[in-house]
Amino acid sequence: MNQLMRFTRLHGDSKVAPFVAVLVILTALASLGNLLMPQDSIFYVSTYTITLLGKYLCYAMLALAVDVIWGYCGILSLGHGAFFALGGYAMGMYLMRQIGDRGVYGNPELPDFMVFLNWSELPWFWYGFDQFWFAMLMVLLVPGLLAFIFGWLAFRSRVTGVYLSIMTQALTYALLLAFFRNEMGFGGNNGLTDFKDILGFDLQSDKTRVALFGMTALLLGLTFITSHKILKSRMGKVIVAIRDGESRARFMGYRTERYKVWLFVYSAMIAGIAGALYVPQVGIINPGEFSPLNSIEIVIWVAVGGRGTLIGAIIGALLVNYAKTKFTAIMPDGWLFALGAMFVLVTLYLPQGLMGLLQKIRGDKETAKPVETTQAQEAKA
Amino acid sequence: MKLKTLAAGIALSMGASVMSFNAVAADDTIKVGVLHSLSGTMAISETTLKDTVLMMIEEQNKKGGLLGKKLEPVVVDPASNWPLFAEKTRELITKEGVDVIFGCWTSVSRKSVLPVIEELNGLMFYPVQYEGEESSKNVFYTGAAPNQQAVPAVDYLMNELGVERWVLAGTDYVYPRTTNKILEAYLKSKGVAAEDIMVNYTPFGHSDWQSIVSDVKKFGSAGKKTAVVSTINGDANVPFYKELGNQGVSSEDIPVVAFSVGEEELSGIDTKPLVGHLAAWNYFQSVDNDANEAFIEKWKAYTSEERVTNDPMEATYIGFNMWANAVKQAGTTEVDAVEQAMIGQTTPNLTGGMAMMNKNHHLSKPVLIGEIQDDGQFEVVWETENIVMGDAWSDYLPGSKDLVADWTAPIKCGNYNTKTKECTGS
Amino acid sequence: MRHLLAVFCCYFAVFSVSVQANEQTISDSQISTAVAPSTSMLIQQLVEVKLSKSLPLLERLEAEGGTELLPLFKTLLEGRLYFIKSTKQVVAADKTGSDYQLFDLFSGETLGMMNKKQIKKIRVNNKLRVFLRGAIARLDLKHPDADKRLAAVKALLTSLDSSTLNTLEAIRNTESDEHVLAMIDLALALDLSRSPIPEKRLAAVTVLGDSLESDSRNRLNVMAESDPDTQVKQAAEVALKKINERIEFYDFVDQLFFGLSLGSVLLLAAIGLAITFGVMGVINMAHGEMIMLGAYTTYVVQLMMPEYIEYSLWVAIPAAFVVSGLFGILIERGVIRHLHGRPLETLLATFGISLILQQLVRTVFSPLNRQVESPLWMSGSLEINPVLSLTFNRLYILAFALLVFGLLLLILRKTSLGLNVRAVSQNRSMAKAMGIRTDWVDAMTFGLGSGIAGIAGVALSQLTNVGPNLGQSYIIDSFMVVVFGGVGNLWGTLVAAFSLGVANKFLEPVTGAVLASILVLVFIILFIQKKPKGLFPQKGRAAE
Repeated sequence: MNQLMRFTRLHGDSKVAPFVAVLVILTALASLGNLLMPQDSIFYVSTYTITLLGKYLCYAMLALAVDVIWGYCGILSLGHGAFFALGGYAMGMYLMRQIGDRGVYGNPELPDFMVFLNWSELPWFWYGFDQFWFAMLMVLLVPGLLAFIFGWLAFRSRVTGVYLSIMTQALTYALLLAFFRNEMGFGGNNGLTDFKDILGFDLQSDKTRVALFGMTALLLGLTFITSHKILKSRMGKVIVAIRDGESRARFMGYRTERYKVWLFVYSAMIAGIAGALYVPQVGIINPGEFSPLNSIEIVIWVAVGGRGTLIGAIIGALLVNYAKTKFTAIMPDGWLFALGAMFVLVTLYLPQGLMGLLQKIRGDKETAKPVETTQAQEAKA
Repeated sequence: MKLKTLAAGIALSMGASVMSFNAVAADDTIKVGVLHSLSGTMAISETTLKDTVLMMIEEQNKKGGLLGKKLEPVVVDPASNWPLFAEKTRELITKEGVDVIFGCWTSVSRKSVLPVIEELNGLMFYPVQYEGEESSKNVFYTGAAPNQQAVPAVDYLMNELGVERWVLAGTDYVYPRTTNKILEAYLKSKGVAAEDIMVNYTPFGHSDWQSIVSDVKKFGSAGKKTAVVSTINGDANVPFYKELGNQGVSSEDIPVVAFSVGEEELSGIDTKPLVGHLAAWNYFQSVDNDANEAFIEKWKAYTSEERVTNDPMEATYIGFNMWANAVKQAGTTEVDAVEQAMIGQTTPNLTGGMAMMNKNHHLSKPVLIGEIQDDGQFEVVWETENIVMGDAWSDYLPGSKDLVADWTAPIKCGNYNTKTKECTGS
Repeated sequence: MRHLLAVFCCYFAVFSVSVQANEQTISDSQISTAVAPSTSMLIQQLVEVKLSKSLPLLERLEAEGGTELLPLFKTLLEGRLYFIKSTKQVVAADKTGSDYQLFDLFSGETLGMMNKKQIKKIRVNNKLRVFLRGAIARLDLKHPDADKRLAAVKALLTSLDSSTLNTLEAIRNTESDEHVLAMIDLALALDLSRSPIPEKRLAAVTVLGDSLESDSRNRLNVMAESDPDTQVKQAAEVALKKINERIEFYDFVDQLFFGLSLGSVLLLAAIGLAITFGVMGVINMAHGEMIMLGAYTTYVVQLMMPEYIEYSLWVAIPAAFVVSGLFGILIERGVIRHLHGRPLETLLATFGISLILQQLVRTVFSPLNRQVESPLWMSGSLEINPVLSLTFNRLYILAFALLVFGLLLLILRKTSLGLNVRAVSQNRSMAKAMGIRTDWVDAMTFGLGSGIAGIAGVALSQLTNVGPNLGQSYIIDSFMVVVFGGVGNLWGTLVAAFSLGVANKFLEPVTGAVLASILVLVFIILFIQKKPKGLFPQKGRAAE
């Protein structure tokens, strides 16, 4: 902890340390509450709560990924759910291979869905996923590579603003359609499910769940710090410059598309990691995660929390999802009204999100520059 | 400093949520979980089943409840989001402490729930027709398996209408895929040549059927009587049938038999061009029977006059009644006892006769084939003489023909290999 | 045997009509006087007989009766045959409102109204329908209307037996219509092709080779494969090849039509967006919901005028334009105006609006799909030849899409609103400086774009589900079309819509429907990387 504080203090920002500290403390408390406390204690945290919190943290990481490119670089991706889902599928494929001959058909090679669709052998792209390290590599590589190809093509030909947003949406939509196809060999609509264990640990035991939850919190903290560091670095300054005036940055001699591509790849990889952590905790991955609606929801988490602040994205994701869990339980029909109204009201009245509101209340104007005016002009060009 | 307040806020709200998640249920009622989507794409179908369960609970309570306790419904909304089905199941069992869950629609939601319900040893009733290839200790399947819907329908077409050429058209997901695999094997075993079978898959919500209908038409013009076996799902059906009508494919030329089109789906379609096309179910609203009439009357009184009843509702009805009987017989709601008491339970169908729960957790039910009428109802044109036992594992798939499910002692296994005499999997 | 009887009865019926007229006095009061007593007895049995035993009864009816039974068969085929529970009288009935209007089966005169409980339907199933169609065709061979005769012969092609052939040969001598004559020749040739004499079979091949009917093709297929005579076999092969070449050509035309039709749907869905997005630069994610509102307007219009379904669309088109247009103006005034120059935020806000509208429709109309009826003139197809027929609804929608496109072009070119819109889209501040009320122009443009989306909804209600998700399924496609065609260019939208439609339909047979749409999407994504401004980029300094 102390080291962490020192580290962040070194980098001259007071926000990071307390936030990470709160994250670590809460995670530890929740974990201990689940493992050590008796069931009837008021400090007992149920496994249900642990998995729920774990899911929220994955979403928070995903929101962080979107904030990095949207808030700091002005790239509004409406397809980040695709990277999330790809990471999830890579993890899902590993977990699927771990089932081995414990599937209902007892086939040691093939997952159940392949057996009952009469596949005779494992498709080539499933090779290697029985190795954890390989699967983890793919969690980073697959979303990263897709982001690289897409970004390289798009940014090089200067596709920006709304065009880019629509293209990313088309990308995730195309992947949605593709993964729905049973011929693809990813389980079609059912996706991958019925996982047994991870690295030999039983996925259904409380300890594994707590470990996964802790892992998620840890990685969220790490990606948060890393992103913060990158954005505070020289490269970060250039990125913000690109957001505020891409042509100007280009004229100053920066190869703006390179910055954008690498940031896009970085963001996609975070999304991939979030997906990989999400799958073992919720127990299923299916093409629904590619749906364009999901990707737009991520954007609203960031917008609610306040973009260009990183913390805002995380808080937005946690709050909106918590509200969703509560709200859908009380009045299921009302949720879409509330979500829709949130979109409209936040964009109209809270362009800086909750973080911006907080700052306004405190009359503090030192950070979080106004984003939209300059960026909008850029997007129009 | 501002961050501290924020952090405190988060801590507080999380703490609050932790506390609220731990609410302990009072024990003077029997809690019944209802796990059907009330929002999202599946809400169209599933809200009906939620209402059905609530109606059944209300009625049971009027009769004095069960074991001297009132039944208390716990309704949650998984919002057509598959991971959410798993999460809500955990919530129902651990947080609410329900004794039984009625829920799910579509295989993917059930597959999502399965690991959780097995881990926590819950009990669920799944009321929709499905592809089979599953039998869990904790799930009872009251909808039709392929041999209770698809195979009899094909028999009917073959024997009664003399169909020789087959189009197997479906939406690209696991139920049509598996059903069509089974049908293909079945047709071939009946001597149908491979070139007389055409298989076609389309995505969910497919709306442009021009080419496919025209292909079907061409396929059907080869001089042999042709039929379409449709496992096309929900929304895609309306444009499909419209295109059939417009391209002049009538039910006399090329009849279409559907497994996912029921009264509720038809209520959104102008059925005049569809008259004579078929559907295979275990229940139709039009069946003339006292029990059915009483049920429809109750349903209309509970909801509204223009609502219709359908097969998954009957499956829910049967499942609920069987569960109530099993609880009475076992004298407890404890899952293992109820599970054993369920096997062998019989309860009246709405269409007459008795449904029976088999040791593979599937029902024995009659199979009915109906023709679509211009008022959106079905006219029963054929039914099986006896009740048909639901097969958990199909005899026509190479991977599963040696598997059986038997949840009675000594086997107690959902996927028992009769050749190797062992329970495969874990 | 029964066909022989049937034919015999046909002849007999012609002679006996005059006789029957004199026997009216003894005819059963329950059945119209047009049929003989024995027939009316049989008809009466229809009331009691089980569905599975109806077929023999109907066969006997056909054998005993004649053309006078046509109304009975037709009513039964249409499912309008009922009987009155109290008197067991067999009648035709039509549902009007909640009650039924009864008609006399034969004379067609009205017999008053009855409610549902008083009458019972006489059931038919597919098997009976097949029989009824054949029976009607056999009776229709003598119909005065040539089209009816043609249809009758055609319907009989698959079930030719000696008695039918005899009749055909007999009526061939008196037949004057050339189409019917050709069809009869075809039927006879089909029979001839089974003759043991090779020369006759050879002659049959020449006749069959000229026809595109599937029956003749199937017959030729068999002959080309297994005819014992090599000469006949070769002739059949040649004829078959010729037919297949023709079919291939018509298949191509068919696919082109499918493509154009899909294109017209895309055009209708996208054209409103082309205005709001292209001209105003506003990303309207609620565009799909404007389409949905149009479709629901059609539903409401049909609810309000259930007696005039045939004309409902003509009312629905302006109504949908107004409803969606007003919603559009409301959205523009309420939300978009405040987000001027912030396109990404507009995207988010309008997405929120789309969610609200969807949920609104769910709350008001229920989440179930709503039933929108197709008027008769939109149903069926225009049959050009046996292998090529164009469905009317698609044809009309294609024409309609082009009409809307033309009108829109006219508005933008010839009206003052159009002039203003173009001015604002080219250079907003300059236009403002020239005294154009840009606010007003924005609202009107948005209203126009949304209104056209509403019209698209009317068209779509004829093709697909009318439900809360209707809009969502078209929004991504619409954006693709506009972006591909080039923003701000209506002609680009037209070209893009049709080329994407046609490409999709030509890919589909090769790759399947799903892969085809994926490939088209990937193509557009790659294309935009190459030409970020689309097919027809807007030129000029202000466009940058």
